[in-house]
Order: sequence, then C-alpha cells, then structure tokens
Amino acid sequence: MAVAHQHHETPKAGTPPPFWTIARRDSLAGFLFIAPQLIGIITFVLVPLGLVFWYSLHEWNVLANTFTFTGSQNYRMVLEDTNLLEVLGATTIFSVGLVVLNLSLALLLAVLLNQKLAGIAVFRALFFSPVVVSLVAWTIVWGFLLQKNGGINGMLLMVGIEGPNWLREDVTAMISVIVVQVFKNVGLNMILFLAALQGVPKELYEAARIDGAPAFKQFRRITLPLISPTILLTSIITIVGSLQVFAQIAVLTQGGPGLSTTVLVYYLYQQAFQFDYFGYGSTLSILLFVIVAVLTFAQWQMRKRIVFYEN
Amino acid sequence: MLYHPTLKFTVFALGLLGLGGIAQAQDAVNLRMTIWSANEAHLKLFNDIAAGFKKEHPNVTVAYESLPFDTYTTALTTQIAGGNAPDMAWIFETSAYDFVKSGALYPLTDTLKAAKGYNLEEVSAGATERWTQDGALYAYPFSTSPFAMFVNNDVIKAAGAKTPAEMIASGDWTWENAIATASAVGKSGKGGLVVRDFNYQNWQYLTSVWNGWGASPWSEEGKTCSMADKPMADALSFIHDAIFTKKAMPGPGEMVDFFAGDAAMTITQISRASLLPKDKPFSWDLVPLPKGPAGEYALIGQAGIGVMQSGKNAKTAAEFVAYMTNPENSAKLSQFFPSARKSLLNAEVLKKTNPLLSQEQIEKVVINGIATGKVMPGHSGFAQIQQMVRSNLDAIWRPQADVPGTLQNICGQIGPLLKR
Repeated sequence: MAVAHQHHETPKAGTPPPFWTIARRDSLAGFLFIAPQLIGIITFVLVPLGLVFWYSLHEWNVLANTFTFTGSQNYRMVLEDTNLLEVLGATTIFSVGLVVLNLSLALLLAVLLNQKLAGIAVFRALFFSPVVVSLVAWTIVWGFLLQKNGGINGMLLMVGIEGPNWLREDVTAMISVIVVQVFKNVGLNMILFLAALQGVPKELYEAARIDGAPAFKQFRRITLPLISPTILLTSIITIVGSLQVFAQIAVLTQGGPGLSTTVLVYYLYQQAFQFDYFGYGSTLSILLFVIVAVLTFAQWQMRKRIVFYEN
Repeated sequence: MLYHPTLKFTVFALGLLGLGGIAQAQDAVNLRMTIWSANEAHLKLFNDIAAGFKKEHPNVTVAYESLPFDTYTTALTTQIAGGNAPDMAWIFETSAYDFVKSGALYPLTDTLKAAKGYNLEEVSAGATERWTQDGALYAYPFSTSPFAMFVNNDVIKAAGAKTPAEMIASGDWTWENAIATASAVGKSGKGGLVVRDFNYQNWQYLTSVWNGWGASPWSEEGKTCSMADKPMADALSFIHDAIFTKKAMPGPGEMVDFFAGDAAMTITQISRASLLPKDKPFSWDLVPLPKGPAGEYALIGQAGIGVMQSGKNAKTAAEFVAYMTNPENSAKLSQFFPSARKSLLNAEVLKKTNPLLSQEQIEKVVINGIATGKVMPGHSGFAQIQQMVRSNLDAIWRPQADVPGTLQNICGQIGPLLKR
C-alpha cells in the first residue's frame, strides 16, 4: 500500500514537492490517534494543575468574591502551620503502614494462589472481588462493622473479648483505615504478583531443587529477583495511591480522633472546601504534588539497584 | 491530588453550560434554591408554594436542590466557588455571620417591605438580629425552631423509671433527674438520651444541654473564648459523667435512633416530629428542656433564606423569597418551621398547622421556647473554629479525661481565631 502511494506521488521534475509527504501523513495519523488522550490530559490534568498553582498565589474569598494576589504568602503559611507536622506524620504512618501491609499480603496471597489446585480460580476471584466494589459503599459497610456496638466487636464478644472503640481511639483508628484500604485493594496487587509469578520459568526451580536449595532459598534467590520489576511497579502504584486516600478518611473518621487520621489530602480538603481557604488549600495540593513526584522519581532511580532485570 | 481541582473545574464548566442553557430560553427564569431537607412532606409544601408563585409569574420556575445536611455549607460554597451558585440558599444560623458579612447576599429589606401585605414589622427584632447588617436584612429567618425533648414513654416505663411528664407534674424536671431516667433505660439495654445530630462531631448541638449551666463557647460579642470558664467545665463534666459513668447517653461510635424506638429521650427541633414512626408507633411526648443549675432556659435553632448577590435573577429571587415567607405561606411553613411572625405565634394557629402536637405542648415548648430561647452560637469563620474545637474535644470523649485541661487547650487554640 505504502509502496503504491510512493509510486503515485513521485513529484514530476520542476514541480515543488507536495506538502503531504508520507512522513507528514504518518505523523498526522499518529497525532490524531493520541489526540483524544492528549486533549483529556490537557483538559483534566495540565490545565487544573496550572490553575491550582495560580490559585496558590492568591487569597480567594469565595463568599466575598475577591481574588487577591498574595505572592508567596500561602507558601510561607505552610512553614508556619503548626498542624501540618502532625498531618504529615499521620500521612507517613498511613502510607508506610499501607504499603508494607498491602505488598506483603498481596505477595503472600499470590504465592498461595499460585498453586495448581481444583477450584483455585474461585479463590482468586474471591480475593479480587473487593477491587471492583464501589469504594464509598465498601467504606460505609466497614464503618458500620467498626462501630463500638458494630459487627466486629459483636463477633469478638462471642469469644469473650471486649473489642476497642475502633474508630474513636488514636491507634486503632489509624489501623482501621489502613486495614480497610488494604482489604479493598490488595486483590489488584495480588493479581499483578500472580501474573509475575507465573512468568518465572519452571526450569529454574527444577535446577535449584536438584542443587538441593530449600524452598525459602528458592523464593529468595529465584522468585524475588525475577518478580522485582512487578514489586517496583506495585510499590509505586500503592505509595501514590496511599498519598491520595480521601474517601475512607471522610467516611470513617473525618480525620479524628484529634488529628490522628488527618492525612494531607483530607487536610487540604478541609482548608479549601470547609474553611474556604481555597488559596491555602491549593498550596497544600502543590506540596502533595511535589511529594508524590519526588517519591516516584526516587523509586524509579532505585530500580537500578533493586530490580534484577528489566524487560 | 487533582481530584478537587478537577472537580472544581468541572463544576465551573457545568456552570457555564447551565448559564448558556438559561440564556437560550427567552424570558423564562429558572430559579434554584439549595436546601438541606430531603423530606417528602417538606418538598411537597415547597413545590406547592413555587406553583403558587408561578400563577402570578408564569415565566418563573423554582427548583429545590436538596444537599446533604452534614456537608451542606461545604457543598454550597463549593458551588459558589465553581461559578455555579444557586439563586437562593438556606443558611444555618451558625454560618450566618460569614454569609451576611461577606457581601455574598442580596439585601432583602426593600423587596420584603414592597411586597403586598408582607408586614415585616411583625417579625421580632431578636429573630432577625443575626441576619441583619447596617439596618438591612440579608436573609429571612424562615425557621425559628425551639429545641425540645422527645420522649418514648414505653421504653421508660419498661425500665421502671419516672417519665418526664411525671417529673414536670411534681416540679422536679431537672437535668439531674432526666439523666437518672436516661441512666435507668441505658442500663436496661436501650439507649438513654440522644442529643440528635451531635454524633461526637457537631458539638454545637450540646448547647441544648450546657445552656442549663449558663455556659457558652465565647463571649456575647464573640471576641473572647469562654470554653474554659467554670459553667462550661461543669456542664461538660456532667455530660462526661452521664456518658461514661451513668451510661445515660450513647457513647462515641454507638448508633442509637430514638425515632426507631431505641432510646428513652432525644433532644431535637420540633420539625423532626415528622420522623415519628407511623407503622409501629410508641407512646411519645414532647417536653421542654429540663432545668439546669442556672435555671430554666430554651434554645432556638434558626435557618435563613438568602438570595445570592451574584445570581443573574437576584431581584426575581428576592420576590420569590417575599412570596414564600408572606404571612399566608409562613403559616403553611410553620407546621415544620415555626415562624417568627407574632401573628402566627399563638396556640390557635400553631395547633392547626401542628396536628401532632397537643395544645399544652405547643404552649410550653413552641411558644414559650421561641419567646425565651437563645439562638445557637455562631461566629464568622465558624467552620474552622468548629473543626478546631471538635478535634480537641475528642480528648474528652473517653472514659479517663481531663475536662478542664482540654477546655484550656481549646481556648488557647481558638482564641486568635475569635479575635480576627
């Protein structure tokens, strides 16, 4: 086809070359193919990002309808905000807790479900199913279960244990939001790990067995290195996701008790939408953007050290 | 991270589309009022009023948008920020100062005074105080609703305790005795006393209790914190004791619904009478709030209707507010939202519109409550103060708590905000 075109369009001597060369046509087609996605990204990612930065340089009083340029004032407020340290602390605890628990549980489930047993597909579907459930519905149900007189404490009472007031005590509230989030999303990482595990060549295990390597050593020396690209991918997705947690906090604890579960996203929501400090809220979202970008970049750099091979 | 900016942008874009739509239909005026009720009976009445207005103004259509009660003000300001402000909005008494002082609202006095038969003068100055700035009324307080105690006599009798009616008859309807009854019911397995909408988050609803001690969160002019003063410390210690020692009130994280028949008493506004169960009714009563150490008292919750200054049809919207709250419609509204109009504050009128309540309940709870009640506390920048107090009060809502120490902390934190 391309050859036919070329033959057809060969310019005659003396006439200027036509504008629509093959290369130009190809790149036009390419641009048209990516246009829907590109327009989407510009409209829903880049423009809002630019607007948020613009808002962060202003004091925006919604009710009085004033929008005053204040330069770096909101950024100086970040340094003076006495609550922010506690908020960043809660954000760190949440993210670290979530990533460690999520990845280790996902890997454990993937290894367990990577067996050739009858009915294993049912279990895989079962563990994956929370991923497709509506996040808010999932969280509301957990909210009921975690009440003082809710389902979980009811079950604990049957075995003679008086459960804590999960969502109203500092430590248990944080544990609760982490666990609810892990149970919701662990299935996704589990499926990614499962796919990676099934990609590890069986001959390697066979050779290791002949050499007399025990199961744990096989896992450490063969499985882990070979699935390391997936570990990197899942850890990036999970960390970025953990920094954006909002619905669970809004539904389960509203940031309490005290500020113990007020993570950065929830805090910026409060500042912008509840207290009407849209300028300061925008500044906090720029801070969050920088944190996510730096962490993602750092992890990407680390791949050279921890990732055994890349496709 | 981009969730909120994206949302804001989308709201803004939708707002532009909305304005475009309005411009196309010539002369037709579509007004939108945001409200926090989704009650069918309320909506039917509002729609009837809108239909009545349409008879006189065929080109004007009014729609009501119900926003969730808990996040109402947040949702409203988000709409305003997104360039999609409603034409009219209900406003809580707690955030009245923010709206009235900001200049977001269209002044209503001239429109109301010009409306035929409106008679603005009969609305008491006490009721309009919070909604007035420099002599102009910026939102009309359509609801002046006293807080009262709903009682489930079946549950109380089953626990072998004294009912509020018995205590009122013998002259000892005090907080001490009310909590004794609630405690007896609480220990029998049902819930004792529920301060509705408090939920260990919206502490301002505890005003219905601590006013009995003469306590208030800040001084009259709003500049000084009085949370650490003795009346407040005493009142909150009493509440703490009622929750954790006497088991008279559901603890944090315990869900008990009075209107499902699960509790002895609940403090709420009389408009909630519509929640009383029709299928499995129980023997209920409505009584004034008990006497506290500082004597008898009453508390009023207010709600205002304001017209957004930024709306294209602010004048028409103000005319609709004048129609909605004229004497005739105010009488209809008062079955749910007691009016501050003097002509409507008599037992005869209120009995007609509140068939659920007895003559005695109307006189003692509604008329007396409106006449003597203080309005719920409010302040400019209320949302931030509310949140700051809430997160600190969490330290009180556990069995071992340092009530006076926590209150000192709160004053240290909200002090600078009050002075602003």
